[in-house]
Amino acid sequence: MEFTTFTFYVFGAILLFAALRVITAKNPVHAALYLVLAFFAGAGLWMLLQAEFLAIMLVMVYVGAVMVLFLFVVMMLDIDLARLRSRFWSYLPLGATIGILMVVMMAMVLGGRYFGVDALPGQTLPPGHSNTKELGRLLYTEYVYPFELASVILLVGIIAAVMLTLRKRKDTKYLDPSRQVARKREESVRLVSMPAEKEETETPTERGSQ
Amino acid sequence: MMEAQILQFLQSSLGSSWPVVAPVWPAIWALLKIVCVLVPVVVAVAYLPYFERKVIAYMHVRIGPNRVGPAGLLQPIADALKLVFKEVITPSRANKALYFTGPILALAPALLAWAVVPFDDGLVIADIDAGVLFLLAASSLGIYGIIIAGWASNSKYAFLGAMRAGAQMISYEIAMGMALVTVLMISGSLNLGDIVESQGQGRFADMGLAFLSWNWLPLLPMFLVYLIAGVAETNRAPFDVVEGESEIVAGHMVEYSGMSFALFFLAEYANMILISALVAIFFLGGWLSPVGFLPDGIVWLLLKISFVLFLFLWFRASFPRYRYDQIMRLGWKVFIPLCMVWILVVGIWMMSPFNVWD
Repeated sequence: MEFTTFTFYVFGAILLFAALRVITAKNPVHAALYLVLAFFAGAGLWMLLQAEFLAIMLVMVYVGAVMVLFLFVVMMLDIDLARLRSRFWSYLPLGATIGILMVVMMAMVLGGRYFGVDALPGQTLPPGHSNTKELGRLLYTEYVYPFELASVILLVGIIAAVMLTLRKRKDTKYLDPSRQVARKREESVRLVSMPAEKEETETPTERGSQ
Repeated sequence: MMEAQILQFLQSSLGSSWPVVAPVWPAIWALLKIVCVLVPVVVAVAYLPYFERKVIAYMHVRIGPNRVGPAGLLQPIADALKLVFKEVITPSRANKALYFTGPILALAPALLAWAVVPFDDGLVIADIDAGVLFLLAASSLGIYGIIIAGWASNSKYAFLGAMRAGAQMISYEIAMGMALVTVLMISGSLNLGDIVESQGQGRFADMGLAFLSWNWLPLLPMFLVYLIAGVAETNRAPFDVVEGESEIVAGHMVEYSGMSFALFFLAEYANMILISALVAIFFLGGWLSPVGFLPDGIVWLLLKISFVLFLFLWFRASFPRYRYDQIMRLGWKVFIPLCMVWILVVGIWMMSPFNVWD
């Protein structure tokens, strides 16, 4: 067996195991961590396909950012497993339908011989080919409008999320650091000239107790 | 070149038993390279706390550690021995497996990133084209150790520390990545070696004043953003609210003891050295010599790394700790808009006749 094939099967096995554990793990935090492992194995598989840009992006975006936020939420929620599981049977038909659909789609890709999908042109990569550069060039020339459209949609999503969660509280004490920095001595300190000692009405003992 | 020589030597000395070694030779060679990089890194990580204590002590007009060995030079070994022999305590109802995975996951990414760091022309473990991406991906993993440790400790303080660390590190990662975009724009490559090489050319380099053509000068705002975001990313003072002693004791490390605590400690210092190396490579010209008449070499890189590390220690001795909401404000409302504007500025600059990078 070739070493690449061996690596493929190792990553594939890890991916399958992790994906299985995502849906079977009792603890939601464990499930999220198994999902991280699944992403890693997926990135490894992409790396084997010489799609290094996609593989590293998968790790950077999904593992480095999305899953961290997932973990945040899952860790902070007080999740009652019994209540979650009680609706298992009512959701089963929907879940099963989606699962079967995905299996069918994958079968069509993998069994391309019978469905004619393998008519797609295979490609051979020249040496020194950088698919990061290639992707960048395509994204910013040929597909620049769809790309910009996608980013605008994401921007709208960000603004919508901010607007949904933004609450203006009137009782919050708000600080403006630039104003704090700009504050001058004259505005806040007033020097008052006072006599060093009080008038002669008091007794010495009282002064000592101050 | 060196590999070929070693290969020849091995083939001649092993003779008939060479075919046994041949299939595993690439693996052995890779391991050797990794050891050659990691051993100095780990030694540096051990001695960095010593220098930190010394530097801060002198800044405070104290003497610092001076009891163990000459000038206190054996202090790190004494510290390590103490930590190794301390009892490792697991909190009751902690998630045991994850509790011990946390420290490992904190240290591993800090060492992983060294794979693509070039020390000299071609002196790098993995000379890959997507080096910068790999670095960003590796450094974005460091947070898992902290979050997992905070959650698995089953302690409020640890959890709060982990939450703070998570929010802070994700925020500053964006600023760091965007600061790097300008570097990538002017060097036109994701390979760290190429990025260093591209800093060695330009008008000033031709005049023999190479240090003026390094990225720090034309990209001065981005250099500062990267440096400050790097300090925040490693959770160092003045951004060390993650382990703020006066508020949440020691953050995610509060339940750890002995060697599992030491791993977090090592991870923090390994990250510091890594960030210093990256600042040196992206903005300070890596292994390039600052003036024309001196040869380039690894010495320059080490000097630059030491300088940036000294800045880290200097910051710690000088600045009071940031308040948490102001850390967030600095990251999101100051650095990220600044990066966006500067990306635009650099883009226009590159297209204008004043382009200095041709």
